[in-house]
Amino acid sequence: MSNETQLLRFITAGSVDDGKSTLIGRLLHDSKSIFEDQYSAISKTSEKRGMAAVDLSLLTDGLQAEREQGITIDVAYRYFATPKRKFIIGDTPGHEQYTRNMVTAASTANLAIILVDARKGVLTQSKRHSYLASLLNVPHVVLAVNKMDMVEYSQARFDEIVAEYKAFAAQLDLHDVHCIPLSALNGDMVVDRGENLDWYKGPALLDLLEKVEIDHDVNTNDFRFPVQWVCRPQTNEHHDFRGFAGRIEGGEISVGDEITILPSGRTTTVKEIVTYDGNLATAFAPQSVTLTLSDEIDISRGDMFVKSSAHAPKVEKEFEATLCWLSEAPLDKSRKYLVKHTTRSAKCLFSRLDYRVDVNTLEQHAVEKLNMNDIARVAIKVQSPLVFDSYDIDRATGSFIVIDEASNNTVAAGMIA
Amino acid sequence: MKLVEKNMTKHTFSHLDALESESIHIMREVAAECKNPALLFSGGKDSIVMLRLAEKAFRPAKFPFPLVHIDTDHNFPEVIATRDKLAADLGERLIVRSLEDSIKRGSIVIKDESKPRNPYQSVTLLETIEEFGFDACLGGARRDEEKARAKERIFSFRDEFGQWDPKNQRPELWDTYNTRVNAGENIRVFPISNWTETDIWEYIGRENLHIPNIYFAHEREVIRRGDNVIPVSHLVQPKPGEKVEVATVRFRTVGDMTCTAPVESTASTVEEIIAETATTRITERGATRMDDQTSEASMELRKKEGYF
Repeated sequence: MSNETQLLRFITAGSVDDGKSTLIGRLLHDSKSIFEDQYSAISKTSEKRGMAAVDLSLLTDGLQAEREQGITIDVAYRYFATPKRKFIIGDTPGHEQYTRNMVTAASTANLAIILVDARKGVLTQSKRHSYLASLLNVPHVVLAVNKMDMVEYSQARFDEIVAEYKAFAAQLDLHDVHCIPLSALNGDMVVDRGENLDWYKGPALLDLLEKVEIDHDVNTNDFRFPVQWVCRPQTNEHHDFRGFAGRIEGGEISVGDEITILPSGRTTTVKEIVTYDGNLATAFAPQSVTLTLSDEIDISRGDMFVKSSAHAPKVEKEFEATLCWLSEAPLDKSRKYLVKHTTRSAKCLFSRLDYRVDVNTLEQHAVEKLNMNDIARVAIKVQSPLVFDSYDIDRATGSFIVIDEASNNTVAAGMIA
Repeated sequence: MKLVEKNMTKHTFSHLDALESESIHIMREVAAECKNPALLFSGGKDSIVMLRLAEKAFRPAKFPFPLVHIDTDHNFPEVIATRDKLAADLGERLIVRSLEDSIKRGSIVIKDESKPRNPYQSVTLLETIEEFGFDACLGGARRDEEKARAKERIFSFRDEFGQWDPKNQRPELWDTYNTRVNAGENIRVFPISNWTETDIWEYIGRENLHIPNIYFAHEREVIRRGDNVIPVSHLVQPKPGEKVEVATVRFRTVGDMTCTAPVESTASTVEEIIAETATTRITERGATRMDDQTSEASMELRKKEGYF
């Protein structure tokens, strides 16, 4: 693998019945990413359970609890690589009660595979998965029409499903949708093209995963740099060194560029871009770097640097967001919570609950309280201002988590818009 | 819809660059938000990568945490020598706590000297966490190592007994990490969660990292027991009827000498190891860790008890 190999993160959404685990197993198996000891372990288990062939879906079974119950209870991350790309799969269960798992996995994904059964077509859960992919602004979506072997590899059936899906997807904010007919069981159009789908001229699934353009999945326009940690060595050698360490969450920056420090609004210029491997002239998202500045300004963790010439983020104490409630304990409107947004945390109140979205029908319902897996439109007031963008402009500066200070649990995830 | 015209500048950012930046970001979050963190450092290849990532995250400053090693006294001497050399070269503080300390205190009772000590490591680790009051321990575990790890968060919360509850993990979204713990509780943080064995080797090559020489092919006295090749040491001697032979081997992992098996290999450079890793048909732990072969859930059970 060369150093130019890119990293692509994708998720698979669908239920066991759609052949999701078989699809992942097929991707791993046909790309030669399954090891002999793993294969012999699942062969033994398949035999023990009286199955005729090796069940590739067993590869994605993780914990003892799951093996006992034959279900997947949480997000599992799997890894494989081809000479072209390295892949991270966020494997999420398809059951309704696990919306939060899909939201979790989708939050870092470049691409979502929405799996449907060719016999059943677009089901409620396919719509739910697509809605969540659009809500989390996953840049690329693949509709994988599986079990084509069960509909005699019919092009007419595939076209029918694609038409139905596209009609539905038009209501959503999906940016880049690809549709692929395949059979995970037989391996058609997953890694190899197979011989049964000659009428389909597009890329096989792995081919698409290797080629889809991901350079612009991060915001390449607007420089955003949340200060993470202040580097003050205070040694003789670096007595006056004062660097601001963090990760560039959008755009790029060069030595000499004028920046504005938010929320204070003070301006200065970038003196050096320091890294362990030497100073840089220019740095870009998502690099982790340390910046030194031309002027001594009081700056601490939680401040955000933006390029003065770029589109400015908002600096507000009140904002609206779409919230996914993740906790078993429902939202209590009378309580204060903690918001963690980029590197800044602040106490918050939910000043309004506007409506809840039914993830199956996209209908809006009046809402009094939020339960686990609910998705709702809310207004939030924070104790001190946050520096943010709309989530569709920048995933990093438009997202936040909500923490319950009593339990220290992460209870919600939010997208600002 | 995106409102702004996209900047068409192209930057090359490889998968190693992406993984490195993510790991640095995680380490800095720990430094900024945790009160009293530590970095667990064993002298093995993954923890050596962790040290380089810490240098990248914090230089020109010192690390904002000490290095901590829980020594089983069953470690390969080459690994301990590398541990001490690297800590000294970096000028960072190294705290070593040994299973012997816990044995003297009576919190560990060893029944059989020749058996692996990994199950006891959790005891000394938890005692060390308590002794220093660490609220976060950075560790070099990877999700590709084992099924139980594949489901673990990067910031993995432990209760006051050091236990991991796989069914009750905090959701982890974007790169926004919840680092909060109550007094007496602890977070284990795994900055290289998303790295694979191949990534580690490519990074060792790219960064030209010094690793213990037992990772490279060498001649060693071994005994064959069943499918396993076991290194002969003061802890493992041939049983009656077993034959000692000299084989050309290397270690893919370096753990407890009694349960870490070498693989037969002639790979003597990082490049050769990368090539071998790319074509090997056995997982890293499957090939080398006899303690993980005992049951399908052995790692899950050990993690629940506070093991890394």
